[in-house]
Amino acid sequence: MNSHVKITTSEPADLSRRSFLIGTAATGLALGYSAVPGLLGSDQAFAAASAFDASVWYSIGPDGIVNVTCGKADMGQHIASTMAQIICEELGANWKDMRIQLASNDPKFNDPVLGAQITGGSWSTMMNFDAMSRAGAAGRIALTDAAVVALGIPPFYKDELVVRDSTITHPQSKKSITFAEIVKSGKITKTFTPEELKAIKLKSPDQYTMIGVSVPQLDIPSKTNGTAKYGIDVMLPGMVYGRIVTPPVRFGATVKSVDDSEAKKVPGFIKAVILDDKTATTSGWVVAVANTYANAIKAADALKISYDDGPNAKLSSQSLLDEARRLQALDDSGLFFVKDGDTAAAFGTAAKVMEAEYTTNINIHAPLEPMNATAELKGDIWHLYSGNQFATRSGAIAAGAAGVDPKYVVMHQMFLGGGFGRRLDADMMVPAVQAAKAVGKPVKVIYSRQNDMTMDFSRPLTFQKVKAGLDGDGKLIALNHDVVSAWPTKRWGIPDFLSPSVDKKGALDAFTVNGADFFYSVPNHNVRAILNEMAHNATPSGQLRSVAPGWTFWAVESMVDEIAHAVGKDPAQYRIDMLDGKGANAGGAQRLRNTLLAAMGMSGYGTVELPKGEGMGIACVSSQERATASWTACVAHVAVAPSGEVKVKKLTVATDVGTQVHPDNIRAQVEGAALWGLSLAMHEKATLKNGGIEQTNFDTYTPLRMSQVPEVTVSIIANGQKATGVGEPAVTVIAPALGNAIFNASGARVRSLPITAEAVKAAMDKA
Amino acid sequence: MPTLNINGRNMSVEAAPDTPLLWAIREQLQMTGTKFGCGAGLCGACTVHLNGEAVRSCQTSLSDAAGKKITTIEGLSAKGDHPLQKAWIAEQVPQCGYCQSGQIMQAASLLAKNSDPSREQVIAHMEGNLCRCMTYSRIQKAILRAASEMRTASNAPTERRAT
Repeated sequence: MNSHVKITTSEPADLSRRSFLIGTAATGLALGYSAVPGLLGSDQAFAAASAFDASVWYSIGPDGIVNVTCGKADMGQHIASTMAQIICEELGANWKDMRIQLASNDPKFNDPVLGAQITGGSWSTMMNFDAMSRAGAAGRIALTDAAVVALGIPPFYKDELVVRDSTITHPQSKKSITFAEIVKSGKITKTFTPEELKAIKLKSPDQYTMIGVSVPQLDIPSKTNGTAKYGIDVMLPGMVYGRIVTPPVRFGATVKSVDDSEAKKVPGFIKAVILDDKTATTSGWVVAVANTYANAIKAADALKISYDDGPNAKLSSQSLLDEARRLQALDDSGLFFVKDGDTAAAFGTAAKVMEAEYTTNINIHAPLEPMNATAELKGDIWHLYSGNQFATRSGAIAAGAAGVDPKYVVMHQMFLGGGFGRRLDADMMVPAVQAAKAVGKPVKVIYSRQNDMTMDFSRPLTFQKVKAGLDGDGKLIALNHDVVSAWPTKRWGIPDFLSPSVDKKGALDAFTVNGADFFYSVPNHNVRAILNEMAHNATPSGQLRSVAPGWTFWAVESMVDEIAHAVGKDPAQYRIDMLDGKGANAGGAQRLRNTLLAAMGMSGYGTVELPKGEGMGIACVSSQERATASWTACVAHVAVAPSGEVKVKKLTVATDVGTQVHPDNIRAQVEGAALWGLSLAMHEKATLKNGGIEQTNFDTYTPLRMSQVPEVTVSIIANGQKATGVGEPAVTVIAPALGNAIFNASGARVRSLPITAEAVKAAMDKA
Repeated sequence: MPTLNINGRNMSVEAAPDTPLLWAIREQLQMTGTKFGCGAGLCGACTVHLNGEAVRSCQTSLSDAAGKKITTIEGLSAKGDHPLQKAWIAEQVPQCGYCQSGQIMQAASLLAKNSDPSREQVIAHMEGNLCRCMTYSRIQKAILRAASEMRTASNAPTERRAT
């Protein structure tokens, strides 16, 4: 099973092996506090009126303002605000005093669990909750100790002090002091060892006054008046602009020659820079540099570039799919992610065997802020300004592009105009650095939408074959599930992000099969992760919001429905029977069952007869990974016209998140994720032709627009268990719920995403 | 050197007349609230007002804009307190926030003409503005909230006179 979350110190950057430094600091709590004056035994006294750096994660100014530094990319999930909220709970500050800023790539801001700066997997809240809580509590204890002295209260009354709204009060004597006054006094002396930090008793949920409250998000006002600064908004003195020109194929091209004679006629044109990318992140890119971006566009358009289109120039989506089918048919393909029992023997005894193939097409992230980066060399240090989800690796890529050690790169984090996994990648650093190096000035590189779409590190085309064996009672006793795709995480070149196969025969990319290790009890169960090398090379792929569960549950939850119908069982009851919570599935299976029942109850599933042509379908998922699951279920209600046109009438989503830090934000994230699920299931499709992505803008790649939004009902289950992630899981439950609803409405079974009217019509005619 | 009237101020910008207004506003005049999304008028992120009409600044040349009153998100209200901006905060609309300047400018041109739009009219007017975070339902709610508050505000003096 997936074991990626333990990332330890890896080898230094070695570009030849494309392996990158992940973190040099120790992991665990010490990391977050290692540079903390006043903590960890440092007896350094605070100068009067200086700030109180309660931990690396925040400081309190003499004005009482609590400035939280967030090591996570803030891409719309308001994670900086969430970190501030968790700190604020234990610190006892007034929400009005909280401020946020985004961290640089200094390893001291690394994720305390992951040991790197990476934002993804819906991990941030679950993995930082404890560290931020302890940081907040440590600050409260230090402030309280100082308050005892300042208020002249006997120390044994310390436990009677009330800390709330940035004020410490002794109710009996009616004495009080504010955080600001304490910090101004410079009398904070308390220090903490890592052991003491670990020993701090945190609040129990019944004591919460901030966790569970929908406080105003700290970043939102700046996003209503144009003042929020994204990477694209960076302005540096003396800066010039780069516009990239990308080759007709997605990957593998090389530049044969560049004729800039026409570009030279463009006023302000400075230089055409051919990238020499030893990190192999890009291929065949040229940057036109000019004094303004408008001139850079004109110059880029005027360049005449000839390419060697390379080895992938004849490939299409169909070739990738054909190759996937070929690989799947081989007995020795891939590596086992799950290998429980003996499926071969079980198929031999099965009363009924069913097989089905599920596919998903290429999908493009298309965040609304096109990729961009601004690079400046100051002395020996490269400064990169960009909104990025993986500062640790992106800094190393920038260093690779510059030809320097990663320690000479400072990443300046900005707000992300959408991340969705796209900004885990670092391609934009390469043209920015190499253009800046070539012209000796700071350069801001901004992709055109066409660059952004055709050079996306896309969600890969996937092919899945599922074979199910049923006993005489229709019970699922054997399942072979093969997943063939490019391996996005393998491309990162970080061994710790790969997982050993269950039979230890190799390292696989669990981020292509997560979800296939579901919580249903199936005694004989194989999951093979199969690398489609052709797709891997031709369409370097990335992590797209919800990652593998976005396709694995499409297959699993469609197939379970197909099986239930084939054996004449109610699909909901069939699932509930398999969610028996036996063995390793204990706990999780029951949570998933409860969530499914909640969604069914809210939607009125099965309670009324629907008009002809309408149907409800269900699905339930344990996305993103077994160890980090948010239990999520959906009932989709659709109407299918005789033409095959599908109208989505309503999506009812329930999700068990354990503990909710910010209920309103969770609803916003779950609704956004559900609509992403709908958009991917029915509206978004990219295709490869002659080695290039055919879609170049929002006329042909068409995410959901306002008129296409159905009614969405979201129910959050907070049962007091640990907080889980909310940004992605609901993406993954929608497509299978829709497919199952379409079947119930029309008898048409669709097995390919996105679902089209033509495919529904064809399946209706077959049914 | 075209002169532009932006948010009530005359500004000159060193650029060719065929330069898209977007790039002059953002990169030369450094008012970065107006965003680049697609460069083809397909996403609405770059929406500004030209004499009160919502236009895509990526499809508007400096020569088209010269002599007209240009309003950007920075100039929609003096203190970021246009009823739409207040409604955007009240409904906690933005996620990544990148499209929201354009959404607000597009919505403002609707409410300037129609103080009581139906849900269908809102959808029809906003259809050209993409939100990749899919905050559409909150955008709708915020527009209807702002419209309601604008009606209340404009009715208030009348009501006071009546009493």
